[in-house]
Amino acid sequence: MTEGRDRTKDIWGARTPYDPGTPWPARADAHLAPGVAEDDVERWVPSASLLHSNGDAMDIAVRDGRIVGVRGRTEDRVNRGRLGPKDLYGWQANGSPDRLTRPLVRRDGHLEECDWDTAMDQVAGRSRELLEQRGPGAIGFYTTGQLFLEEYYTLAVLARAGIGTNHLDGNTRLCTATAAEALKESFGCDGQPGSYEDIDHADVIALFGHNMAETQTVLWTRVLDRLAGARPPRLVCVDPRYTLVAQQAEVHLAPRPGTNVALLDALLHEIIRRDLIDQEYIETHTVGFDDLAAAVAPCTPRWAAGICDVTPAAIERAAELLGTAERLTSTVLQGVYQSHQATAAAVQVNNLHLIRGMLGRPGCGLLQMNGQPSAQNTRECGADGDLPGFRNWQNDDHVADLARVWNVRPQDIPHHAPPTHAMQIFRYAEQGSIRMLWITGTNPAVSLPELSRIRSILAQERLFVVVQDLFLTETAQLADVVLPAATWGEKTGVLTNADRTVHLSEKAVEPPGEARADLDIFLDYAARMDFRDKDGGPLISWHDPESAFAAWQRCSAGRPCDYTGLSHDRLRRADSGIQWPCTEEAPDGTARLYTDGITFADPDTCESYGKDLVTGASTEVVEYRSLNPDGKAVLRAAEYLPPHEDTSPEYPVQLITGRTVHHFHTRTKTGRAPELNAAAPDVWAEMSPTEAAHQGLSDGDLVQVGTPRGAVRARLRTTAMRDGVVFVPFHYGYWDTPEGHRPPEGSAGRAANEGTITDWDPVSKQPLFKTCAARVTLVARRATPPVRERTDADADAGSRS
Amino acid sequence: MNGIAHTLRALHDGERALERDLRATAERHRTDHEVHHVASDLARWSRRHSALLAETGRHYGLDLDGPKDDPSPGALAALREKAADALGRRPGAGLLLLQDLCDLHLAASRNSLHWEMLAQAAQVTRDERLLDLAGDCHPRTLRQMRWTNTLIEELSPQLLTSA
Repeated sequence: MTEGRDRTKDIWGARTPYDPGTPWPARADAHLAPGVAEDDVERWVPSASLLHSNGDAMDIAVRDGRIVGVRGRTEDRVNRGRLGPKDLYGWQANGSPDRLTRPLVRRDGHLEECDWDTAMDQVAGRSRELLEQRGPGAIGFYTTGQLFLEEYYTLAVLARAGIGTNHLDGNTRLCTATAAEALKESFGCDGQPGSYEDIDHADVIALFGHNMAETQTVLWTRVLDRLAGARPPRLVCVDPRYTLVAQQAEVHLAPRPGTNVALLDALLHEIIRRDLIDQEYIETHTVGFDDLAAAVAPCTPRWAAGICDVTPAAIERAAELLGTAERLTSTVLQGVYQSHQATAAAVQVNNLHLIRGMLGRPGCGLLQMNGQPSAQNTRECGADGDLPGFRNWQNDDHVADLARVWNVRPQDIPHHAPPTHAMQIFRYAEQGSIRMLWITGTNPAVSLPELSRIRSILAQERLFVVVQDLFLTETAQLADVVLPAATWGEKTGVLTNADRTVHLSEKAVEPPGEARADLDIFLDYAARMDFRDKDGGPLISWHDPESAFAAWQRCSAGRPCDYTGLSHDRLRRADSGIQWPCTEEAPDGTARLYTDGITFADPDTCESYGKDLVTGASTEVVEYRSLNPDGKAVLRAAEYLPPHEDTSPEYPVQLITGRTVHHFHTRTKTGRAPELNAAAPDVWAEMSPTEAAHQGLSDGDLVQVGTPRGAVRARLRTTAMRDGVVFVPFHYGYWDTPEGHRPPEGSAGRAANEGTITDWDPVSKQPLFKTCAARVTLVARRATPPVRERTDADADAGSRS
Repeated sequence: MNGIAHTLRALHDGERALERDLRATAERHRTDHEVHHVASDLARWSRRHSALLAETGRHYGLDLDGPKDDPSPGALAALREKAADALGRRPGAGLLLLQDLCDLHLAASRNSLHWEMLAQAAQVTRDERLLDLAGDCHPRTLRQMRWTNTLIEELSPQLLTSA
């Protein structure tokens, strides 16, 4: 039990060592409100974490109609009872006194309370007006990675077939778009090949730009337990910061930000040069090897060393470990996804596994990670830049099939171009062609790059902004209509984690005031808009989470993410989460994809024909058919390009922003959990002691981190990382400051994105938060030596991911 | 000047022009961020092509300039960027972008046709040097064309129907 221990400091809890190939032992974590004993709990309601993508299964403790705590589910395959600090304390945000309880509409420049009819009439009224006057392209939707599957699916149907707009994306664009795109590039389809259980079997684990110790604490606990057992795995870590992962690693490569492709090309070069490849696997299951080998032939460790500022010997040593592993598990996250040449780099990790034949077997895990808890559902349901069920917008048969499922005409589903990505949606709004933007469960006024630009877009008179959320976020403060939403524990639905594990999260308590489940809000809107199918029946015929899930099952049938073997009831009866595909043939789910070769890349099945890794240009079907007629995995080479913004005498360091252990998603919830807030109440900046001295700064100084676009003011912490880099955690915004949604007039802010560059990966369209030039200047010397209690994670607090 | 030399010169001039146009487009559409960044990256390809063409040209009695000395933005660029910021909020900027993408596409297509001609002539004369050059450069020209084509495909539905 966790009670009595401060898990904001004791982040990973006690060790339960285990040996390779044996099950991860259980450990029961729990946290109850002060004064509540286990006997006082009236009901335990099954759920899973909504505060990161690990998908920790837990039960919600209920007493007197309120959530009073949580406990991990020891029988679950994902966490075996463990919970991380955010899981243990984050639930308190549900009961926060500043929850939105009534809808708000803007009158005379101010948001005022109103009833649901008034608010929804405004939303539906403006929608109809715009549809009539300007067409469906005037309406855009920007959603999240924190709703439930049923809600994403309903949103996808009403946006794509109801409104008929191509402008629907999720903030998963910021956290996981590259994971999806990289998988599509290599395997023709999204969906994680591996399983978290691969950690139990691996002899080498490579973490590429993934500070798992902070971003997925429970998965890192699993790694720590392996490290404490017999025959521990050896770790390879790629991160410019000396994170806890780096401290545990046998090889730590700290490349210059923006150079991942050069590093990975050199690793592939070495592995091919030393003939550490699986020739038979390559021949049987892949196309493109000769091109890849030719492309990396000049990419020697010495060449990469000059670009990445890593020694050739370290690259050779890493290649040795990766090349001789018997069971290699790799994970990739934001250090790759939010950096320059994101997809190109992530694809090279896929290539590593393909040329070594490290797929489809226990321990041969390839985990292109997610940042948000239900990011996977956003992708599956088509509430991001994809069509539902991993259908290919370029394939007319797929569109026709979707039209059959929805009983609409194919031409009623926009598929003339790929669904518009978030950054382009904001660009269209900036230009004035999008006139209504409905934002659900996300906070772009803090999370997108170059915040003054985003604020000015949202504040435009001509743009009608609807925000659906739990709190009056920075974004909500700029809205025309604010809809109070229910959240985790207050509604029922399904969420799927990064390794395809589906959990049911049940309603435990009533939402506050008049707040409503997102599903109910969407259904209300659909009813007011009177969306019809081609026979005049209602387009959306479902009415609750269970019937919405059933509708999704029909849509997923026969597609890679097949949910037909699942139901709310089946999930309710199961001891543990179940991995899709789950069908009649695989009633217990599927641990690993591609156990029997590559199966989804067939030209008739694949979700995407791929894109040029430099330009992002789409490949056409004819080209894909000739490249890959038999639907094998595609080895795609990528050339290194220098970052778009580099250091200069004026801006001499590189700014990287990142996620940290105590907070999540601009602190909307975690900042309202007392323990988590207290553990990291304000923004800080990190530099190496050498770099700080070089800039004339020292630990505890108040500094300004400025870029050509904006500035952040923060206390400096010196910590082990590469020189020439400054790190700022990304979570902080303004809702808990007097200004509410922006920096103080004429002054620097506290949101890391004030200064980040508006630039995105041309392939995945994921914004770059790890590559821009900055200068760090002194604002005020520290008055007294800094006094702060260090936590376990503090040595590396913050991360690339 | 024989046909091959003529084609080399045409290509050299074409790649120089494309580099210049890609940079100008990047500056003019700075508020269309993907266009700005990718156009700058692709300008580098054309720059490399004109350098390789100048080098190859020597073997065919040509004295070609190669890429311009300084690709860094000058005074005109600053002006263009300023205009881009000012126009960034106007729907008209979208139409201008489509026009620029069309022009880039046509310029790259012209280069592609010249690469094709050069490669064909190289085949028939069994000129390995030219074959290698075309084999090295032509795929990048095709990628430049696919890029403009993809952008036009993606952007025109919105930009042409919303003005």
